Amino acid sequence: MIYFDNVSKVYNDGRSTAIEGVSFQVAPNEFVSIVGHSGAGKTTLLKMLIAEDVPTDGQVFFESIDIHKIPKAKLPKYRRKIGTVFQDFKLLPHKTAYENISFAMEANGRSDEEISENVPQALALVDLEDKIWNFPGELSGGEKQRVAIARAIVNQPDIIIADEPTGNLDPIATYEVVQILKKINDLGTTVIMTTHNKGVIDELGRRVITMDEGKIVRDDSEGKYVL
Amino acid sequence: MWVAFKRIVSAGFVGFWRNGFVSLAAIFVMTVALFTVGSTMMLDKLLGVSLENIQDKVDINVYFVTTATEQDIAALQTQLESLPDVEEVTYTSREEALARFRELHRNDETIMQGLDELGDNPLGASLSIRAQETSQYEGISQFLEDQRAVENPQSPLIDDINFLKNKDAIDKLTAIIDAVERSTLVAMLVLVAAAILITFNTIRLAIYTTREEIAVMRLVGASNTFIRGPFMLQGIMYGLVAGVLSLLIMYPILLWIGPATQEFFQFNIFNYFVSDFGYIFLVLVGSGIMLGMISSVLAVARYLRV
Repeated sequence: MIYFDNVSKVYNDGRSTAIEGVSFQVAPNEFVSIVGHSGAGKTTLLKMLIAEDVPTDGQVFFESIDIHKIPKAKLPKYRRKIGTVFQDFKLLPHKTAYENISFAMEANGRSDEEISENVPQALALVDLEDKIWNFPGELSGGEKQRVAIARAIVNQPDIIIADEPTGNLDPIATYEVVQILKKINDLGTTVIMTTHNKGVIDELGRRVITMDEGKIVRDDSEGKYVL
Repeated sequence: MWVAFKRIVSAGFVGFWRNGFVSLAAIFVMTVALFTVGSTMMLDKLLGVSLENIQDKVDINVYFVTTATEQDIAALQTQLESLPDVEEVTYTSREEALARFRELHRNDETIMQGLDELGDNPLGASLSIRAQETSQYEGISQFLEDQRAVENPQSPLIDDINFLKNKDAIDKLTAIIDAVERSTLVAMLVLVAAAILITFNTIRLAIYTTREEIAVMRLVGASNTFIRGPFMLQGIMYGLVAGVLSLLIMYPILLWIGPATQEFFQFNIFNYFVSDFGYIFLVLVGSGIMLGMISSVLAVARYLRV
């Protein structure tokens, strides 16, 4: 489904290497965690996957299509296949939970009927039916991340990309968010997540790719957090 | 398509109201810019009118000898009227010249007595020639001098041509007119450039405050049109409101200075504002809308680059 083929990324005219010769595949319905110290190149990999950054060398394929050869005008359509979740939630502060999620559907050109049907379903999946009209400022960190996950899944993407989704959360909220991501994966969506959290990795017991200084140093199915 | 359009319009209005302070700042800056453009337009009109007035007063007068026949004068008039540089040729007969002279000096008894003693009309007929442009008088004068040169010295037709006497004044006036026109053009260009720059920066600042929103829109797969649309609409609204406001500010000011311009320039600028309101509205509101829209598109483009 996803294939990184000997991908490198160099910044500052070659003075700084973010990733170097990275190759790996992700099969449909996999749950892959990418771990590594800060600056190991985890976020750069995710940015390339959502076409926010381009490799200096190598190719990134999504369903046999070289992502970085997709014309600019068609990038939004490609991005609709991917749901994204970030450490800082990236919710719009002046929109309610419902509006934050419906906004993603509006941007995808969904009809009003679809929106009124699917948004409550997405909120139900993340157990936030009772916070539907709350603004982000009225939600806890865990609740905000659950709204962000609901927004990511509402368009039924093929993949969910989660960049440090538990980075700002307490242990209970972390557990809840991980359980939701597992549930989404069990429902058939591929999940790629970066994290620093050893407890999360050990609890998941799924594939772990370990990165160090821009290179993949371990790739274990049902791996553990080894750094 | 219709649903997307409806959402873009709705998002544009919501953004306009929600970012009230930023919208106000953008409208304020654009109003000042458009008011400056409008004021320059009015000033340009006043200058144009006053220059026209001055130009209207510049002419070449050809005075004929008292024995010149109307046919000879009419022939010269026809020749002059056929010159491309000549706008108008006005004939003043001997009788009309005398009547004007009497009218002008009716309170001067000495002159009146002198005229009466002469018995005959001492004034010749004349042609007053106005050129299209003041710079063309030189050529017309040369034409008249050439005519004079081929006259029979025994029975001359032209008594005097007053261009050479006015030449210095006409040259100076031509230079002043050129300088004023050039300065106005430069001032207008500088003001318009400043208005565009300030407006662009204000709108860029307004869009900078919503960069997070744009980033999220990109992440959820919104098309560039869907992202750009609401900002374009906001830019159009800034321009529309600012254009109308600048007209509203100009109205009382022009109403107030109208009588003064009437007295000074013989042209009431308020009457011009009212009679040409459609044109002025189109220029100011149209520029505002274009300025707002283009500034928004350029400012948001920065956040749409991969």
